[in-house]
Parts: sequence; C-alpha cells; structure tokens
Amino acid sequence: MEATITLTVDGRAETVTVDTRTSLLDALRDRLGNTSPKKGCDHGQCGACTVLLDGRRMLSCLALAVAHDGADVVTARGLADGDRLHAIQEAFIDHDALQCGYCTPGQVCSAVGMLDEAAGGSPSHVTADLTAERGLGDLDDDEIRERMSGNLCRCGAYVNIVAAIREVVGTTVDAQATTAAR
Amino acid sequence: MTDLPASGIHGHPHRRIDGRAKVLGTATYAFEQDVDAATYLYPLQATIARGRVRRIDTSAAEALDGVVAVLTHLNAPRLADTDDKEYAVCQSDEVAFRGQFIGAVVAETQEVARHAASLVSVEYDEQPHQVVLPDDDKGLDDPDEVNAGYPSDTAQGDVGAALADAERLVDETYSTPMEHNNPMEPHTSVAIWSAGSGDGDASLLLYDSTQGVHSVRRTLAPVLGLKPERIRVVSPYVGGGFGSKGLPHAHNVLVALAAQLTGGRPVKFALTRQQMFTLVGYRTPTIQRIRLAADGDGRLTGICHDVIEQTSRIKEFAEQTATATRMMYAAPNRRTSHRLARLDVPIPSWMRAPGEAPGMAGLEMAMDELAERCSLDPIELRVRNEPDIDPDSGKRWSGRHLVECFRTGAERFGWADRGEPGARRDGDWLVGLGVASSTYPAFTMRGSTAEIAYVDGRYVVRIGASDIGTGTWTTLSQIAAEALGVEVEGVRLELGDTDLPMATVEGGSSGMASWGSTVVAAVDAFRDRHGKDPEEGATARAETPEHADRKKYATHSFGAIFAEAAVHADTGEVRVRRMLGVFDVGRIVNPPTARSQLVGGMIFGLSMALFEHSVMDARTGHVVNHDFAEYHIPVNADIADLDAIWLDHEDTNANSLGAKGIGEIGTVGSPAAVANAVYNASGVRIRDLPITPDKLIAQSGSTKTGSPQSGHM
Ligand code: FES
Ligand code: FES
Repeated sequence: MEATITLTVDGRAETVTVDTRTSLLDALRDRLGNTSPKKGCDHGQCGACTVLLDGRRMLSCLALAVAHDGADVVTARGLADGDRLHAIQEAFIDHDALQCGYCTPGQVCSAVGMLDEAAGGSPSHVTADLTAERGLGDLDDDEIRERMSGNLCRCGAYVNIVAAIREVVGTTVDAQATTAAR
Repeated sequence: MTDLPASGIHGHPHRRIDGRAKVLGTATYAFEQDVDAATYLYPLQATIARGRVRRIDTSAAEALDGVVAVLTHLNAPRLADTDDKEYAVCQSDEVAFRGQFIGAVVAETQEVARHAASLVSVEYDEQPHQVVLPDDDKGLDDPDEVNAGYPSDTAQGDVGAALADAERLVDETYSTPMEHNNPMEPHTSVAIWSAGSGDGDASLLLYDSTQGVHSVRRTLAPVLGLKPERIRVVSPYVGGGFGSKGLPHAHNVLVALAAQLTGGRPVKFALTRQQMFTLVGYRTPTIQRIRLAADGDGRLTGICHDVIEQTSRIKEFAEQTATATRMMYAAPNRRTSHRLARLDVPIPSWMRAPGEAPGMAGLEMAMDELAERCSLDPIELRVRNEPDIDPDSGKRWSGRHLVECFRTGAERFGWADRGEPGARRDGDWLVGLGVASSTYPAFTMRGSTAEIAYVDGRYVVRIGASDIGTGTWTTLSQIAAEALGVEVEGVRLELGDTDLPMATVEGGSSGMASWGSTVVAAVDAFRDRHGKDPEEGATARAETPEHADRKKYATHSFGAIFAEAAVHADTGEVRVRRMLGVFDVGRIVNPPTARSQLVGGMIFGLSMALFEHSVMDARTGHVVNHDFAEYHIPVNADIADLDAIWLDHEDTNANSLGAKGIGEIGTVGSPAAVANAVYNASGVRIRDLPITPDKLIAQSGSTKTGSPQSGHM
C-alpha cells in the first residue's frame, strides 16, 4: 500500500509517495535523495539516523514516514546556513570529533537537539538534583557524555565530540552572560 | 587547533579535509551514490549450520508485485573460479554455516525485496554440526602458516627445562571471545552489470564500501571471469572497516550475480546489522595457555605461548595470535604455537590488530601476574626483560623506545600512586591502576603507484588508496604538499577509484608508510621531469620505492598503555576512569588525526576488555546477540579521561618517510592495561575477556579479597 505525504525537509516542502512500510529514514534517503542521515542499524540502536523532527532529536529509522505527514524535518545538511556551518559542525571539525564520518550527521543533530533540551531544563540520568532549576551552564562533561550516549561511534571519537560540544556550550553561555550584562 | 597533545608534535596540524562534507552528511558512501533506476537486494540465508538445500520454492516471491528477480543456486550465473569457497556464492546446494547466502530477491524497493524474501520457503537435509571451539588441542590442525605469512610454530632453546627450573612461574590460560568488527557503515555494494556483446566483454561497475578498491577488483576478477580492467570499483568515503572491509566478502559476489539478472539496472545491497555478524568476517575466539619462567630477579628464562583458535571448514584463516610473543621480551628459551579447529562457522578474518590484539591481551596479563609473583613493579619487570635485538629474527631494532614510553607515561599518569590489589577505595568503588605494553609491526607494502599532474594551477595527486576514517584525505595531501613545496590548498587528492593508479589495501597500519612514500617518489619524478615551473598538463608517476636498509632491521611500533579502573564493590560494575597511551610510532604527519586514530584504537581495546562478546549458540550455529542492543560497544558515557601522546622519534630505518603506522597499536595493549587495572582495583583476576560483573562477582567469593577494607568484592 502506498500513501502520499508532505514533509518540510531542510526548509523545503517535499511531496513524496511512500510504501506504508517505509521508514522516515528510507523516505529521506531513497525517495528524497537526502542521504545526510545514515543507516547504521535500522533498529533504533545506534543513532546514525538522528534528525530533528519538529525541533526535537529523534531516530528516523524507528519512525514510519506515513505517520509524519506534515512534519518539519531538519538533517545535518540543513543545519548549515548556506555556506556557514552550524556552530556545532564547526566545533566538530575544529576538535576532530569524527573519523569515518558515518555517525557524524547523527551526532551533530543529536548535539543540537540535546543543547535545546538542556537549555529548556530537562534533566538526565546523571543529574543529581531533579528539582533544581537548570540551564545550559549546568552541562558538565558527565552530562554531555550521558546525553550523547544514544549515538554510537565505532571509530571512538567520543573524547573529541565531548570537547566540541563543551566549547559550544561555553561560548553560548558566555554570549548569554554578555547579553544579560548589557 | 585546540586539543592537541601537549608534547611530541611533529607534523603541522591540519583540519580534516573531508570534515566539512562529513559534518553536513554530504560525503557520499557506497549506498548513496546516485544511480538511475536502482533496484534493491535482500538476501536469503541458510537457517541450518550444515547440510544441503533440498528444495527451495520461490514462486510466491516471484509472483509479488515489484519483484525483479529471484536468485538461487538453481538459476545463478556460473562463476569462473570457485576455489575460494567464501566467494562460491549460490553455486551449489551445500550449506557450510548458518546464515550463508542461499539466494537473493531483487525488487523495486527495499520493502518489497524484504517481504518477498520472507515468502521463499526452503527445505534442508541437515547434517550434524560443530560450532564451538574445543578447549583442548587434540585432533586440531597445525596450519602451514598463520595470517601475514608467519610460521605457525617457533621454538628456541629448551623451554621444558626453563619451565622445570623456574624460580618464578606463571602457568595460566587466558581466553578472548569471538568478536565482530561492526563498522558503523554496514557493508554495502551497488553493482551495475553491462552484458556487452556477450563475447567476454561484459563489465561491472561496483560502488563498494571497502578498504581497497584495487584489492576488490583483483580478487573478484577471476571469480567472475572478467579481466580486471572490465571491473571498476569506486569508493570515495568509507564508514569504517577495522579489517572487515579489507577483502571482498560474499556479498560482493552475490550482488554481482544479481546484477546479471536485471537487464543492466543497478542493484543496491546494504547488509543489515544482523547479517554483518555472519558474512563479513570476525575475530576468532582464542584460548591461550601462557607459561612464563623467570629467575628470582624477574628475568625471563622461558616463554611458552600455545594458542587454540578456530576457522571455518570451507576456508582457512589462522590468526597470528602468538607472533608478538616472539619479539616482545628477551628470553633464551621460547616456544609459540597455533592450533586450529575447523568448524561449521562463518569465516573469520581481519579485525583491528589481528593477532597482536588478542595475543598481547594474554601475554600482558601474564606479565602482570609474573610481576606480582616476583614482587616487582610491572614496569620494572618489563624494563628488565627489554631485548637489545629482536629475539625472533636476531635483527637490530629500527627503533624501539618502549622503556621511554613507560617512563614518560608513569610520570604523567601518576603511576607511583598505585597500591596493593584491593587496597584503594573511593566510596563504593575499588580503584586501581594497570599498565601494559603495546606493539605492532611496521609494515611498508610495495606495489602502489602515484601520479602527479599539474592542472589549472594545482597539483592533482592520484592514487587508488582509501580513507576509512584514518585521515588519508588530509595526510596524503599534506605529504604531497610538503614534497612539492606548496600549501595543502595547492594540492587536490583523488582516492578510492580503480581508475586511479594501483594502491595496496588499507590494512596492517601500512597506509601512510606505503602510500606516503609512493607519493613522495612521484613528486620527485615530477620535479625531475618538469622542474619547479611545470607546464599545464604535465604528469609523472612513480611506484613505491625500495628502502634498501629496511631488511636489516626489525621494524615495529611500541607503546605503553596506562589505565585506572574503578570496580563497584557490590555490583562488580567496572568504569575506566582514566587511560593514557604513550606511543613510539615514528613520524606523525598530522597530530589531530593521528591522536584520533590512537585514541580510537584504545577505545577499541577498552571495549575488548569490558564489553565485546559474540555469543555462539551451540545448537544452531547462530550468534544470538547479533545487534547493538546485545553486542555491546562503548557509548560516550563509557569513555572518560582518555588520551594518547607520542614520542619524538622518526624512524627512517623503517621507511623513507619515518612513519610506522598508528591504526592498530592503540588497540593492542589496551585490553590488558584495563584488565590489570581491574585486578589492582579489586584483587580479582579475570583471565577470560570480557571482564563482566558476573565474572567478577563469581570470582570474588573464591579468591582472597585483599585487605580487610577491600569490602565485598
Ligand atoms: S539507524 Fe536508526 S538508530 Fe541505528
Ligand atoms: S566517526 Fe566513524 S563511527 Fe563515528
């Protein structure tokens, strides 16, 4: 059985006809030719397929495309503003937070989604006090590691991924402090 | 650059050239190549471990809308050469291991292909099978040689007498399990077959995820009965391989057969994660009896390392598990051996540091035990047994600075703080330090060719090499730029295509030494012919140069790996809090990508110590934990403070570039360093990897638990 759905992908409206069994990941990759999200397991176990769906990070291999008619999807490709990379992407290159690159678009989307969650006050498994008010500034290395643990990297780029995210957290928090002081 | 190691930088740091494409996701891997009118393959796999396919009914699959072709041994095109049984895909009804390809469905979409495959019904004549490695060597085979061309057995002096007379003795058995490479990008092949006029002029275009386009072409050509030049293999970006993409595997043949049934339409095939546990190689389980004899001062008098491991009944792969033991330490008497069980299992192959990784896990745990029996610091024991020359070949070392690695690391890591086993406690956690040596051979492979061309004011460097995450795009560009005396931006590198000149496989940590020296030779040839001011279109080529001195030396990399482990006193959970590797690996071309390689290798080794274990079901021949939910590799939260640094010793005895290879040495000493730290923390010695909480808890009851304050462990 087939169905026709409309998606906004990286800011562009797309209409696509899919088998009702097609995952969002395969719809993006095979039907729409956007191969930025990767398939590492197709089972929600590796994070390579992470995209931002209506602003939140999610595993596109575990989503059926037909269930997301009308959704807004942003892939790592769409995070850049023209030629200008997203701050997380720049930091990944600066810190060599990648090797083979296959987990990388998923890591990047996950990091962007994660920073939003943290800024919004969401706690994680390693958050000590669940009732305290929290923000980006509370994101220490343990918090980053925990929150990024849904994205496997077999090349072992974890140390540099944490360093890249730490830098972006630092500059964002500093910028906010400067704005607040004005 | 940020985050560079504080010392020992010899290259100029350069951002990864392919970084931008990779953070955007626009780098195109094999499956993502843009082809017209693609079809999709889903394989049929045997559900018995040994026997024959009696009947296979494909009618329901063929009747399904959207199915393009169904392939089985009954209709598969004939292969020209079936000597290598791994590649003799669908050529008979025989089943040699569970999960073997017995056919395939090709369809318009992935969903239809998979559904159609589920409609094929198969009946078998089953035969008894043996899939579990026996733990004694009776009736096992003595291979002619082991991987990389080493002899299976070696003997020097009189080991029996040394063991009998030993003042201090270790006689223990260590084991490592079956492990799977699991690169993040699944093995993928896209095949386009052109039949030609039927006069032997058929041709194949393969977009493949591989560590060597030329080795894929050379291996597949005789199997398919095509001249090598009728096959083109393209592989610009590769999502990791760790050895499992070093050689073609059965899926390459399956997709090439299927592509002959689609009238020229491309066939795309990506293995599922589950299928990767059967069809693309793995590390054999090993059982290693290690005996170390020493005098009262801890000087080794005898070393004996006997290994049992497995291969498949249809193809031999004998891992070189004991070869590092032949060269690592001085001892007048020494014996090593490998025995092979031929089982009804999938075919083992290369996995990051084949041989050295499991073998040094065993040897370096045994050295830790010997240090304790000699009441010596583990580093001091290694220093006392440092050989002046290679004990195996009798040659001088091209460069060996292992002791300096230990001294440097001990100081940085705070090794002096190490206490007695089980003595240090931090809340509920028992904390300890461990150390191990690492080593890996420094190979330079001959047989590559590089071409330099001057086009539009830039130097184009062409070589059919690959970058599987190792940094080749960047480092080869840097080497070419340095040799040409231009900025890196003045060079454009081309990789990963058999239309480019021949290059050896990315394996054995040999890429930089082999391809780098080839590129430098090509630059020399170019300058000789065209001078400093070349004309547009000028070209020159050169092959890998002979490095005459090399044969005089034993060429190896070395390293010292330090680990701090915390073991939970009640649950046996292990956390690696810190890890430091200090490496003697010759010249470093690009510090940031080199550090990533070394650190990534250490994480691979940490993973061997604590997590990885493919569990074979004796009844079915099936790896039961065949996905990332059950086969554990480290996640970000498993890795804390982990770093790699290196010494400043270029090794121009090993090759003209002075670089010794960095892809595997991080993995080699890490399992033992972590295991030894776990012992120092808990007082419990686990000799069977991985070290999981159940083993720690089971053992802690039966061994002495160290000092009273060591708690429950
Ligand atoms: S591909 Fe979606 S989590 Fe692995
Ligand atoms: S960079 Fe290779 S898997 Fe993460």
